[in-house]
Amino acid sequence: MTEITKEIVAEHGLSESEYERVLEILGREPNLTELGIFSVMWSEHCSYKSSKKWLKTLPTEAPWVICGPGENAGVVDIGDGQAAIFKMESHNHPSYIEPYQGAATGVGGILRDVFTMGARPVANMNALRFGRPDHPKTRHLVSGVVSGIGGYGNCMGIPTVGGETNFHASYDGNILVNAMTVGIADTDKIFYSAAAGIGNPVVYVGSKTGRDGIHGATMASAEFDDDSEEKRPTVQVGDPFTEKLLLEACLELMATDAIVAIQDMGAAGLTSSSFEMADKGGVGIQIDLDNVPMREEGMTPYEIMLSESQERMLMILKPGREDEARAIFEKWELDFAVIGKVTDTGKMVLTMHGDIVADLPVAPLADSAPEYDRPWVKTEAPAPLKADTLPVPADLGKTLLNLMGSSEIASRKWIWEQYDHMVMGDTIQRPGGDAAVVRVHGTDKALAITTDCTPRYCYADPETGGAQAVAETWRNLTATGADPLAITDCMNFGNPERPEIMGQFVGCIAGMKAACNALDYPVVSGNVSLYNETNGTGIHPTPAIGGIGLLKQSSHMSTIAFKADGETILLVGETTDNMGQTIYLREIEGREEGAPPAINLEQERRNGDFVRASIQAGLVTASHDISDGGLAVALSEMALAGDRGATITLEDSLPAHAALFAEDQARYVITATAENAQTLLENAKKADVPLQILGTTGHNELKVTGMLAISVSDIRQVHSQWLPDLMTVPGH
Amino acid sequence: MKARVTISLKNGVLDPQGKAIAHALHGLGFDNVGEVRQGKVIELDLGDIAAADAPAEVEKMCTQLLANTVIENYEFELLD
Amino acid sequence: MKAAVIVFPGSNCDRDMKVAIEQSLGTPAHMVWHGDSDLPDVDLIAIPGGFSYGDYLRCGAIAGNSPIMREVVKRAASGTPVLAVCNGFQIATETGMLPGALLRNANQKFICKDVDLKVVGENKRFSGAFASGQVVRFPVAHHDGNYFADDETLARLEGEGLVAFKYADANGEVSDATNINGSRNNIAGIYNEAGNILGLMPHPERLISEQLGGTDGKLFFDNLVNSLN
Repeated sequence: MTEITKEIVAEHGLSESEYERVLEILGREPNLTELGIFSVMWSEHCSYKSSKKWLKTLPTEAPWVICGPGENAGVVDIGDGQAAIFKMESHNHPSYIEPYQGAATGVGGILRDVFTMGARPVANMNALRFGRPDHPKTRHLVSGVVSGIGGYGNCMGIPTVGGETNFHASYDGNILVNAMTVGIADTDKIFYSAAAGIGNPVVYVGSKTGRDGIHGATMASAEFDDDSEEKRPTVQVGDPFTEKLLLEACLELMATDAIVAIQDMGAAGLTSSSFEMADKGGVGIQIDLDNVPMREEGMTPYEIMLSESQERMLMILKPGREDEARAIFEKWELDFAVIGKVTDTGKMVLTMHGDIVADLPVAPLADSAPEYDRPWVKTEAPAPLKADTLPVPADLGKTLLNLMGSSEIASRKWIWEQYDHMVMGDTIQRPGGDAAVVRVHGTDKALAITTDCTPRYCYADPETGGAQAVAETWRNLTATGADPLAITDCMNFGNPERPEIMGQFVGCIAGMKAACNALDYPVVSGNVSLYNETNGTGIHPTPAIGGIGLLKQSSHMSTIAFKADGETILLVGETTDNMGQTIYLREIEGREEGAPPAINLEQERRNGDFVRASIQAGLVTASHDISDGGLAVALSEMALAGDRGATITLEDSLPAHAALFAEDQARYVITATAENAQTLLENAKKADVPLQILGTTGHNELKVTGMLAISVSDIRQVHSQWLPDLMTVPGH
Repeated sequence: MKARVTISLKNGVLDPQGKAIAHALHGLGFDNVGEVRQGKVIELDLGDIAAADAPAEVEKMCTQLLANTVIENYEFELLD
Repeated sequence: MKAAVIVFPGSNCDRDMKVAIEQSLGTPAHMVWHGDSDLPDVDLIAIPGGFSYGDYLRCGAIAGNSPIMREVVKRAASGTPVLAVCNGFQIATETGMLPGALLRNANQKFICKDVDLKVVGENKRFSGAFASGQVVRFPVAHHDGNYFADDETLARLEGEGLVAFKYADANGEVSDATNINGSRNNIAGIYNEAGNILGLMPHPERLISEQLGGTDGKLFFDNLVNSLN
């Protein structure tokens, strides 16, 4: 038997004090299998040991929340006995090492999280962050990640309806791949993971177990160094075809009442799934590892427990229902094995070849996971950067074209045309708008779905950035006419052992909390990915937010496209002269500094509620929230989508570059018929919402009186070409 | 007995994957590389089939399933 | 009229096909699991899109060799209309019901978008809603839609009016610039000689209402159902 030396403990990522705790819990030395189990269960990825203290402060409740954080995914009520189940999860490190498989298995994992709970997945989204466009690895990573996401989701037949993509040097060595899935279930058919029923069979279904991904969860919790590319073998390989069969088989079995509890085997595979099920149910589990379906010969207990082979599930069945369940899984040509039973011992006992190979108390291991209050320092809030300190460009039209063709704003069509975004036949708002909208099949309802985060704001001022990320998703949903319901968060940060990084985390959480409270928009699921650093350089703090909203009548949905000539264009919200952290500042002045746009959550709420009510009342013909690049970019995007121009006149109270490109929050552009525009102005006055007429739609150019005039086709050219040009291999 | 079946695209059928591989090799400095054609290798364990029957059996497998003879060529070798 | 939709492991446009047929037909379509031995007596067999058997080996190869497809081939030979969309088209070429093969897209990428198609061959049953030369809009969503046939087959398809649709622009111009996936002669769909089988890569079942972005697919299915009633 392997002797547990200090080196072995260190290789397993356990600190000395953590190992002391292991000895205390066991009252003896662990064997290697047991050490491996402690190691993954107490990894940052599984235990949230650095983040738990702060995550607990986020609001998680609302009358429509059926299940908040802690289960495989969050659940919200969408009426008529139906629920939306959703979550976003990171697969950053594997995607950097092997972009296709890393991204593909990231999608596979989040899909399982959602259908484990009884939901049929109806939409995927992805929040992606890559290094600077000209970094030598960027093209390879973008290409691999996009085809991996498409490869998995397309084969599963679940539409990938959008997401977001940023490029920034802070991600040169640590890309972010955050995958989100939304599913629909009946509220009386939601499945949870707490094991119950002493003597009930523990059943393994799905693919066989191989040696893939061993220690993936610990890898996801360690900083990269230059040797990380050698870690390639730990990346799992996805099989979307098997997952599609697993989805259909699980949903078929879930239509019966045979299942007591179910949990997918994600990070840390059989270990975390079995411990979580036992811990939540307050029971023990006994597993005979000889019965685990294996792909390779001679696998050790250590390897079986730590394998991250994909497309597997663990279930507790009601007694006597094994044959019924087995028949379903065999119909779908999947492995099905009774591997153990629920016990009243409170222990996880693993046997192999007749020997006990691990004997661990469940609750202490799961609940006594270390929890740290890591030291943190607050990021100093920078001062706003006033527009009058920057020269007004001589050619504002050219400036706008530069922004429209910049890495931040250029069209992502090259990406989403590689995703099947229409399969399932319910996508009524395709990628490219503020949020995607999918109908709830067979009903008049629809779900609006978005992901958003502005990492440069979070880096400059974490609290403002955290609030802004939540508010922007709320605004995206609002702009479609949906009632925002709840969010999932995917918290991507650097090394939490550095106080300034921990300070970014604490700040973002504080901002998110304030925004969730102000907007009645709780967090129902999430994931934390720390140690996104290479050689001591961390990523920009990136709390990616996935939000969903409900359109009770899908016909009320609004889109960003200008619909007809001669309609009145209106601006909701107020513009200031702060140019800090704007895309304008970055792209035109080459500077990344100053304070991000301020957040006023009361104004955010008032403006958003006004826009949504106006859409639902049928007064609005198009709507778009203003974000990166400011008003001029929002107008350009509406013109592109509607293939028609606009004539705008701006008040001269602000310098032209602020009026056009400042990124003040809580703003929208909406259009209406001339008659309805008057009604909107009256309503806005009553609601204390700043609303002004900007101009009229029509013609084929975007004209801002005295500032710029460019044709819609010129805008389209720069906007559509940037990403294809980036991705075209020179000379190919 | 085992068989190793090699399947390749017929001449005249465009092979964009082969072209992409050639391009990538050129990018890495392997300038001598001319045309690249890619395909696949399938290894079959034939169990205890009689050696005399094997060629005809594998031939049938190739034409019925393993290769699409509209676009693909196949060849195979038998291994003990 | 009765319709059946064949479902393989990995099919994923089966529900979309069912919805589209039922919207025009008004009565339920039969969903036939590949493992079921008997195919009901129907007036239309639809082979839907998806990734049957994970696209492993070749797209459509494993499904093409399944027992249910032997039955479909028999029915088709005796005149039952067959609509084979996307993966269904790949399966149909693998069985030999339709000539040619579908290769990886020339740009190596999955492509999902609405495309303009020029209606070419005349076939009352499948394209009776459209005039020859008209442009219709259906979405594509495929990785392997690059139609290949040898010169002789191609000449026969063109000569006998068996090319159903070609990738074109909004004005019906067919050129290399409108050839999204490298298909020979821009072919997006073909008929068999008897005219009772249509194989096409684009998905008419995806544009069946204004809310989904267009109704050319609805016109297609309305005509199909009417012509079989």
